[in-house]
Amino acid sequence: MESGSGDGSTVPKMDDYESLISTTDVEHLKRVWRREKAAPEIFQFESALIGRIKEQIQLTEETVEEFVEAKTDPLTVSLYQMDLDRTQFLLRSYLRIRLQKIEKYMFHILKMDELFNRLSKEEKSFAERCCDDLKMHLEDCVLSRLPDNYQSILKQSIISEETDMVPKPQLDTFVVCKTKYYLGHIQLEDGDNGNPDDRGNQRHLEEPFEMEPNVLYFVRYKPIKKFVEEGKIDLY
Amino acid sequence: MAGQSDPHPSHFSAQEVEFMAEDEIIEIVPNMKMEPLNLICGDYGPFFPQMVTQVPIWLAIALKKRGKCAIRPPSWMSIESLTRILESERESQEAFQVLPFHYVEISRLLFDHARDDISDIYMVRSLIEDIRDVRFHKVETSLESFEDARSSAVRINNLSAMEVNIVRPFVGRALQAFYKHGSPDLIPNPERVSNSISNRWQQAPDQGQRRPLRKR
Repeated sequence: MESGSGDGSTVPKMDDYESLISTTDVEHLKRVWRREKAAPEIFQFESALIGRIKEQIQLTEETVEEFVEAKTDPLTVSLYQMDLDRTQFLLRSYLRIRLQKIEKYMFHILKMDELFNRLSKEEKSFAERCCDDLKMHLEDCVLSRLPDNYQSILKQSIISEETDMVPKPQLDTFVVCKTKYYLGHIQLEDGDNGNPDDRGNQRHLEEPFEMEPNVLYFVRYKPIKKFVEEGKIDLY
Repeated sequence: MAGQSDPHPSHFSAQEVEFMAEDEIIEIVPNMKMEPLNLICGDYGPFFPQMVTQVPIWLAIALKKRGKCAIRPPSWMSIESLTRILESERESQEAFQVLPFHYVEISRLLFDHARDDISDIYMVRSLIEDIRDVRFHKVETSLESFEDARSSAVRINNLSAMEVNIVRPFVGRALQAFYKHGSPDLIPNPERVSNSISNRWQQAPDQGQRRPLRKR
């Protein structure tokens, strides 16, 4: 079974052949779904995996139709149908969560290229249309009637230094996670944030955090973000 | 809008946790013959009468509902095993005993759909409920120790899926609040003050817990 790693899929490259052949696409989808649900920001769209799942769903739908026509045992038909329903639920829920995140953070996503490139083609056009519609609506109803300095959709007023009207994902949320292999030297506290005011307020850097395999932890999302994207840490 | 009624997309509903549990493998004893099933999630079967087969729980329950099999309760669901676990839970204040990750959901599903396959079901059920209560009480008392942690990670040993899901919203927000309010500019440590004097905040060592005021 191809691991689909050529197109930015974030399933980890497994060393053991055993686990490679024994993890089904549905397992991957379940993992990816859980990760998308638990994390505050949006991940790379798993186009290869979703493509394969869609094909399998279509194949099963055709199989079910053939069974019904051939008047096979209704038990078998219903079991195939149940499996189909379960897979479709995972797929739909995955797509829905992503859409929810896009709607929530649409201006932020459109501004940051890195995030924008994580969307699928359809999601990109959805995000752009959403932004245009919302922008037009807000401008017509509210912004055009505000005093001149307050008319931006991105900033509270002209003197704002950042785009403070744009909701950003909270990377400080705590998530439940587990790793399969030992991970050492995770820097938990932020070093220099790049913010000059914070340099005086550095937290005490404790020993680098270690994660043992197969144990659940509650961790702040920001320090482990990189590992989650690489697939080394699973979210629950 | 794509958002359903759930305002927090990061929270799993109980049904979703059960959905994930339904993929766990369990043993059944079919009473009929059936061809192998080539499902999207895997291949199962062929099924022969009286031959123990391993299938996911959702499949086992579907077959059970149509009277096509008997479900074999997993080995950890025996009275001896559960009594032992309950005693160890009661003895130890901090640690949680090792239980299958989805023990709550699996036992619930089996109670609902496979009553006749579990011997002494009332005893088993009451044991599992006691175990749940003891564990949950432990989780509640251990929440008090979070504020000492002051680190950004908490280890939760051996908690099960449903328990994690129940405490997740509260613990997540509590830890976030601890993190936010535990930052050094609010609670200066004597050894840190000498390193951390910046231009804006002139911190005196006896500032204590007060918020530093802006210099006029």
